[in-house]
Amino acid sequence: MQVIEAENLTKRFGKFTAVDSISFDVKEGEIFGFLGANGAGKTTAMRMLCGLIKPTSGQGIVAGYDIKKQSENVKANIGYMSQRFSIYEDLKVWENLRLFAGIYGIPNRKINDRIDELLKRLGFESEKDTLVKSLPLGWKQKLAFLVAIVHEPKVVFLDEPTGGVDPASRRQFWELIYEATDRGITVFVTTHYMEEAEYCNRVSIMVDGRIEAMDSPRNLKNKFEAESMDEVFHKLARKSTRTGD
Amino acid sequence: MLKYLIEKEFKQIIRNKFLPKMIIVFPVIVLLVLPFAANFEIKNINLSILDNSHSTYSLRLINKVVSSGYFRTTNISDNYSDALKSVELDKSDIILEIPAGFEKEIINDKITKVMISANTVNGTKGGLGSAYLSGIIYDFSNEIKNKIAVTGKRPDLNFEIVTQYRHNPNLKYSNFMVPALMVMMLGIICGFLPALNIVNEKENGTIEQMNVTPVKKFQFILSKLIPYWVIGFIVLNNTFLIAWLVYDLTPAGSLLTIYTIASVFVLSYSGFGLVISNYAKTIQQAMFMMFFFQITFILISGLYTPINSMPQWAQFISQFSPLKYLIISMRSVYLKGSNLSQLLTPFISLIGFAVFFNTWAVISYRKKGN
Repeated sequence: MQVIEAENLTKRFGKFTAVDSISFDVKEGEIFGFLGANGAGKTTAMRMLCGLIKPTSGQGIVAGYDIKKQSENVKANIGYMSQRFSIYEDLKVWENLRLFAGIYGIPNRKINDRIDELLKRLGFESEKDTLVKSLPLGWKQKLAFLVAIVHEPKVVFLDEPTGGVDPASRRQFWELIYEATDRGITVFVTTHYMEEAEYCNRVSIMVDGRIEAMDSPRNLKNKFEAESMDEVFHKLARKSTRTGD
Repeated sequence: MLKYLIEKEFKQIIRNKFLPKMIIVFPVIVLLVLPFAANFEIKNINLSILDNSHSTYSLRLINKVVSSGYFRTTNISDNYSDALKSVELDKSDIILEIPAGFEKEIINDKITKVMISANTVNGTKGGLGSAYLSGIIYDFSNEIKNKIAVTGKRPDLNFEIVTQYRHNPNLKYSNFMVPALMVMMLGIICGFLPALNIVNEKENGTIEQMNVTPVKKFQFILSKLIPYWVIGFIVLNNTFLIAWLVYDLTPAGSLLTIYTIASVFVLSYSGFGLVISNYAKTIQQAMFMMFFFQITFILISGLYTPINSMPQWAQFISQFSPLKYLIISMRSVYLKGSNLSQLLTPFISLIGFAVFFNTWAVISYRKKGN
């Protein structure tokens, strides 16, 4: 079953075409990597799929709902983690989880159990009462991930979730992602760390608003006769005429 | 869903190190200082007297002026240029010039002239001062007229005007200003804080996490509105307390009337703040916009200057200031003891504002960008 279906999805800002008629499907339970240089249009594409901005043209179905006409239904069934850290720093760890659990309609009596379960999974019980602003960045990102999956969505969108942290924290973060997929959550993740691309079931590589390649990492390496995803990426990104942001 | 959002707003406000203190301290300072500082009662007008007549009548007039209590003689000159000099040196505000033929003209012609020259750099002082002075001179001329009439052939018809100041018999300025300043504080706190709230979430990026949830627009706006409604009650109660403790001022009417009207006012004004917050992209923009509207609303609300003395167009604009309606109501309840049925017009106007601004706030909150 397809959890995300995009067909000729396009976004223009004035004369600038940020996303140029992209089409792809993401299967249930998959980890789908969305790769591209800065300014390639990854975030714009993701924001369209999450119902945060309107597509200029094209179709998109996410978790069974039309992103143009049923964006509020889409929102109820997805989780989203922004590139910029965007949970409440002046609330405590459990308060953030409680807030979003409540907004997504988890019944009051189940919220506390849910919070405890999530924190336990993260090994985070001791920080339950800590104000988010005093957490290190790596932990903040993990908390943001928990907030995004607090309601067990069908699919979670992660926009450069591991930007700016050390490789060890990044590795831990990916363990959380795997754990989520084990429970049936589909993961749509953008990144520009090529070693992370290797962790995905399938990746697409965006160059200047278009998808230039899409397959499993292994097939892509074979196709481009490359040793690593990094090499694949460089071969494709060389075509870019856009300057990064 | 709403419950969690409101819970969050309160936690954020209380956890803020600065806001709760401001909410308590600002009204206290304003109510303690402004009724004295923004006082339009004019006393101690400095008077320069130029008496060219040196007669019994001129002395009587001078005595009458000085004993009125409004004036302080700072200069007695023989010529106009000296008098003018004292005005230029800022020693005097008003020159009273009595002509040489003053007494003669009164007795022979029954008509004479004195000249009042006022320094109107401070328009209020100059204007009010010359008005007081004219009043005293008018009074004086009536006295003389009566006296001459008595000694003469027929008594003139004599009108006596007795002014009675109702509702504020001692013309105490604070009685008039304190209820209005309460409204100003309510407006500042319940207007600025919501105006900065949503835009703050935009700057922190937290609005994005909110926009990607299925939260309903009206629920989100309501969760922003209710905390300021509660804060409005706290501010109002504090100002009641200060008015009573410091100015011995309690409403002649019922507190319930004030609570009813003020609660609608807070909803309307916070709604207005939220509209600003929705349109602003940065806190700086929101601050700048809110400041402009706040000052304009206060100045045309009739807080400092009576609306009736504004030009027609300004009176028209004043209808758009929600502050105006609560100031009218607050003064009426405090000084006249009006009840809700007498204040239906301002009450209904405020309901209109509340519905208008909050509908606008819900519509202008965009969960989805272009």
